[in-house]
Amino acid sequence: MELLRINNLKTYFNISSGTVKAVDDVSLTLDYGESLGLVGESGCGKTTTALSITQLLPSEGSIVSGEILLEGKNIVNLSDTEIKKVRWKEVSMIFQGAMNALNPVMRIGDQIAEAIILHEKLSYKDAIKRVEELFQLVELEPKRISNYPHEFSGGMKQRAMIAMALACNPKLIIGDEPTTALDVMVQAQILNLLDKLRKELNMGIILITHDLSILGETCDKIAVMYAGKIVETGYVEDIYNNNKHPYTYKLLSSFPNIHKERVMPDAIEGIPPDLINPPSGCRFHPRCPYAKDICGKEEPRMELANEGHYYACHFGGVYNEK
Amino acid sequence: MKVIIMHAILGVFIMKNKQKIVSVTNLKVVFDIKQSFINELFSKKRKIVKAVDGISLDIYEGEIVSLVGESGSGKTTLGKAILNLVPISEGEVFFKGESVNFKNKKEVKKFRQKAQMIFQDPYQTLDPKSLIFDAVVEPLEVNNMLKTVSERKEKAVKALEDSGMAPGEDFLYRYPYELSGGQRQRAAIAGSIILNPDFIVADEPVSMLDVSIRTGILKLLLNLKDSRDLAFLFITHDLSLAWLISDRIAIMYLGKIMEIGTSDEIIKGCIHPYTKALLDIMPVPEVNRNRIRKVLTGEIPDPTEIPKGCRFNTRCEFAYDKCYVDEPELTKISNDHFVACHLATEDINAKS
Ligand SMILES: Nc1ncnc2c1ncn2[C@@H]1O[C@H](COP(=O)(O)OP(=O)(O)OP(=O)(O)O)[C@@H](O)[C@H]1O
Ligand SMILES: Nc1ncnc2c1ncn2[C@@H]1O[C@H](COP(=O)(O)OP(=O)(O)O)[C@@H](O)[C@H]1O
Ligand code: SF4
Ligand code: SF4
Ligand SMILES: [Mg+2]
Ligand SMILES: [Mg+2]
Repeated sequence: MELLRINNLKTYFNISSGTVKAVDDVSLTLDYGESLGLVGESGCGKTTTALSITQLLPSEGSIVSGEILLEGKNIVNLSDTEIKKVRWKEVSMIFQGAMNALNPVMRIGDQIAEAIILHEKLSYKDAIKRVEELFQLVELEPKRISNYPHEFSGGMKQRAMIAMALACNPKLIIGDEPTTALDVMVQAQILNLLDKLRKELNMGIILITHDLSILGETCDKIAVMYAGKIVETGYVEDIYNNNKHPYTYKLLSSFPNIHKERVMPDAIEGIPPDLINPPSGCRFHPRCPYAKDICGKEEPRMELANEGHYYACHFGGVYNEK
Repeated sequence: MKVIIMHAILGVFIMKNKQKIVSVTNLKVVFDIKQSFINELFSKKRKIVKAVDGISLDIYEGEIVSLVGESGSGKTTLGKAILNLVPISEGEVFFKGESVNFKNKKEVKKFRQKAQMIFQDPYQTLDPKSLIFDAVVEPLEVNNMLKTVSERKEKAVKALEDSGMAPGEDFLYRYPYELSGGQRQRAAIAGSIILNPDFIVADEPVSMLDVSIRTGILKLLLNLKDSRDLAFLFITHDLSLAWLISDRIAIMYLGKIMEIGTSDEIIKGCIHPYTKALLDIMPVPEVNRNRIRKVLTGEIPDPTEIPKGCRFNTRCEFAYDKCYVDEPELTKISNDHFVACHLATEDINAKS
């Protein structure tokens, strides 16, 4: 059985200026022990996708349609009490910038223990014991559970947040930009840690990032998101070496590669669109160097490139043609 | 179309005919850590952070020098010390031959016109409640220059357009939140160049931005360097960005420079084990399941207790007896290439 299957998810925000179509017909699947990178520019709907899965949307946001099947069970219409059981025990999330949200006047160990007690019937003493085990798992010294957040570096705080996410043995972890604010060395350490945990605990991982370059070693699959939609998805090899969508191609070309010639990579011209009034047809067409007439008129459908590899473009792979 | 970046290859050769803009000699900056009252009573030793611990560095007209290192290595502190924004504990900073340790306000003001700073978060310079126009012309205001609105407007439009926001008029009467992240950073840059500075410290100016728009900002800095002969100290923890835009790269660890050289010397021919480690962990947008990255374990040591001998010895896989006793000095390898590592200098000596 699959761990997670999302079918045609739409999540919208209703605000005074209109309806923000933040997630607009997203489908994806993830298996046990598998890791998926969800990548795209700021504002394309990555966090909203994650908040939909964990059902932690703010009040102005709601799932308009679609299914989220966790181990085959649709969790979209669960009651509050039911969803609380799913959260933490089945799915847990490491939030964007969460490490800065630690309470500065409370010991880190106590903060994690408190979260555990809230979800499992454990005594304080047992909860603290569990925190010590978790610290070991994320390679922090167990004795440091009595430290305060200011005594931790950024990387250590992020490890503590991972420990908290692991507290109730979830089957799926969603990391929302878990390394974005960290320096490259700590980023590499945290990615290695997540990879190790995934293999040891056979968890599924969704890694959300705007940095495609970090996914090559840590993910099995990649989904590229643009303006609320997934525009290309496939195995890492498909996305890196055999991509079909111009957005994927442009995104990859914006990285410098220190093993190659020193050239200034291209930026993607323009900025991502407003999701209240997204562009007609293909949403990427105002920024796409390969757009033709049809692109502004007709929305491209998902096409199959090869097994497990799909893209939504009228002219897939056009940039490889001579 | 691919534009190969030539400037760095020619860079250092050209630099020889250029003026020194900034000259730092044996600079030290220490911070006193305030301890709780109890700790203070019982410990005799003051706790001091040696954030910058003996750095010498020259930066030439129209040169971009990158400062690369892990979090807490002292990059920002060095940048601020050069701009006289934190007190210097030892050593000196010269700006165009004059010590920046100015005594009177007028001199400080004049120095601030010529040497500016760009921050990671543009909101550090842009007040969210003021219009882009007001933010960009603020330096003119502070310095009582160009009093009429129309003169200021003209200057602001030019600065915005030089920063890649054309037509400038379109942006004058917007608030920072009405701009995209990249545009916000460009507006902050416009404010920093409006007084025609000679030198800018750019502290992680693109690390908050999406990869897709980073290169736009980098190209802008390169343009400013070329068109105005501006010199930059570009601070980043990302070696690949440093490689893209700098003439020279300095690798910093615990307050000291470990290795410095031209951009290509550092990326293609680095010698110091720490530089090699930084290079080894750079993510590359390629599939590589078998690439085992040598990730350094642990973190940069507590800067109140810098290891004796080579300060990198706690994490260096090549450390040997000498590394725990003597501190290696920055030693010349070739013209512009210097390394502080016993092993490296022994190798070089053995070869010659
Ligand atoms: N005002 C201050 N008081 C006390 N310690 C300070 C102060 N400013 C910096 N430090 C310390 O000095 C050291 C160097 O800090 P600095 O901010 O210069 O590092 P950095 O290389 O810029 O790091 P990052 O990549 O995180 O920005 C750190 O240990 C830091 O905690
Ligand atoms: N609470 C909210 N109210 C209204 N719009 C929102 C809210 N949260 C996010 N959005 C909008 O939804 C879109 C997707 O946002 P988000 O999921 O945070 O993107 P990402 O994580 O990819 O940067 C953006 O246009 C954003 O402005
Ligand atoms: S459908 Fe057209 S506009 Fe969209 S990505 Fe393909 S070529 Fe570009
Ligand atoms: S001096 Fe010794 S410890 Fe320091 S970098 Fe060189 S080999 Fe490593
Ligand atoms: Mg987000
Ligand atoms: Mg800094």
